[in-house]
Amino acid sequence: MADRVRIIDASKNFGKVVALKNATLSVKPGEVVLVIGPSGSGKSTMLRCINRLENLTSGQIWIDEDQVTDRASDIRKIREEVGMVFQSFNLFPHLTALENITLAPRIVKKTPEKEAVALGKSLLARVGLSEKERSYPEQLSGGQQQRVAIARALAMSPKVMLFDEPTSALDPEMIKEVLDVMVELARDGMTMLVVSHEMGFARAAAHTVVFMDNGEIIERGSPEAVFASPKEERTQRFLKHIL
Amino acid sequence: MASVKEPRRETRIEVSDGALIPGKGEKSAFSAWRISFFGALALLVFLPIAHPSPYREILLFIPDGILKTFEVTLLSIAFALVVGLLTGIGRISRIRIINRIATIYVEVIRGIPLLVQIFYIYYALGKVVQVPDIMAAVIAMTVCYGAYLGEIFRAGIQSIHKGQMEAAIALGLTRSQALSRVILPQTVRVVLPPLGNEFIALLKDSSLVSILAVSDLLRRGREYASKTFYYFEALTVVALVYLVMTLFFSRLVALMEERMNRRGR
Repeated sequence: MADRVRIIDASKNFGKVVALKNATLSVKPGEVVLVIGPSGSGKSTMLRCINRLENLTSGQIWIDEDQVTDRASDIRKIREEVGMVFQSFNLFPHLTALENITLAPRIVKKTPEKEAVALGKSLLARVGLSEKERSYPEQLSGGQQQRVAIARALAMSPKVMLFDEPTSALDPEMIKEVLDVMVELARDGMTMLVVSHEMGFARAAAHTVVFMDNGEIIERGSPEAVFASPKEERTQRFLKHIL
Repeated sequence: MASVKEPRRETRIEVSDGALIPGKGEKSAFSAWRISFFGALALLVFLPIAHPSPYREILLFIPDGILKTFEVTLLSIAFALVVGLLTGIGRISRIRIINRIATIYVEVIRGIPLLVQIFYIYYALGKVVQVPDIMAAVIAMTVCYGAYLGEIFRAGIQSIHKGQMEAAIALGLTRSQALSRVILPQTVRVVLPPLGNEFIALLKDSSLVSILAVSDLLRRGREYASKTFYYFEALTVVALVYLVMTLFFSRLVALMEERMNRRGR
């Protein structure tokens, strides 16, 4: 099967800081890739280059037949098909949970109000928050906010979902409710790139684990292989710290 | 000027040159605001009773001017809001030429005294078209306050966390859709209190247009005085009326701010 996401020799510099160095990675449709590594290792940067929240300094990124990194391609169109979930949720505070979800379908896809609301309600049900449709983000717990944020991204029927440390800002007791939603999404066949150190998620859903350090992809493999018998010394050292 | 990397701002804009805004702590019956407001009001009632001539006459003479002052103020603030919003958006625009124009406009206008601007625009306009004095006044006030309001809008927009814009464009919205549907609705609550303060400042500054033969409150007072030579008395009433108006509106702004803080979001 053709790759859904291809990252080819991608580098990103912020001034003199090299955030991403010659990263190459392919993700198949339905594959769930967990990206781990110390902070500042370029995990988030790699994710943010996939929907061009950051521009690569060199290299290419493809999603199916579309080259994200080509200046001529319609990046807005590509972003419709790439869902993103942020560490800090970034829900729109002036809109209710339901309105947060329906905003993009209504504005971007011109979905009729009624249809968008029906879609929003079904997505809220999917993340277990049907009774919260009228709540504003500030009235929701962190875990609930993140679930709404996932529903919001799903409303655009993306081909790929990017999760940038989705549980790092959550209290421990709320992590599970978010991971449960993500695991279910993975089981439904969503292509996912997840920056996270949640071992529970790794075991339950990840097909591939990628270890990054200093902007480079150091090692990749199945979760069993990488966690149980990492080949690279840097991976071993890092895993010792987090396991 | 915006620096290279701006620290994350608090979503509260402090102003230092506003009218007397009663703070939350000042709940006592003898707060500065209460003393000033009711003191001025009491004088406006007491003086005409105690000395009907000239105070009663003055009070009967100036209401036209109060209306004119409001007319200039409301028209100016309405146009200045439009100019200010466009300027604020221009100041954060990624299109360099727009950004440059907006920035130059703000820098130039803020560097020229309002009184000079009013004269200048009046005579500059006069070279091209003949407009009614009041319109010249409104245009001058709009040009000036548009720049100041532009800075408030810019600060307000920049106070919104950048994750909001990222989340919006990640969903496929264009930058302008994100601005109008996500950023600006949140900006409104941040900028309302400082805008209220600018409204009060504009109300006061509108007295400057009396130099353009616009019969505002100040000019009516002076007209009365020049006929009767009651300069001190006429200007006393004028000052008291301005004070009552600005204190009234400053209270309104404070209440608005309090209500918004209570609503939290």
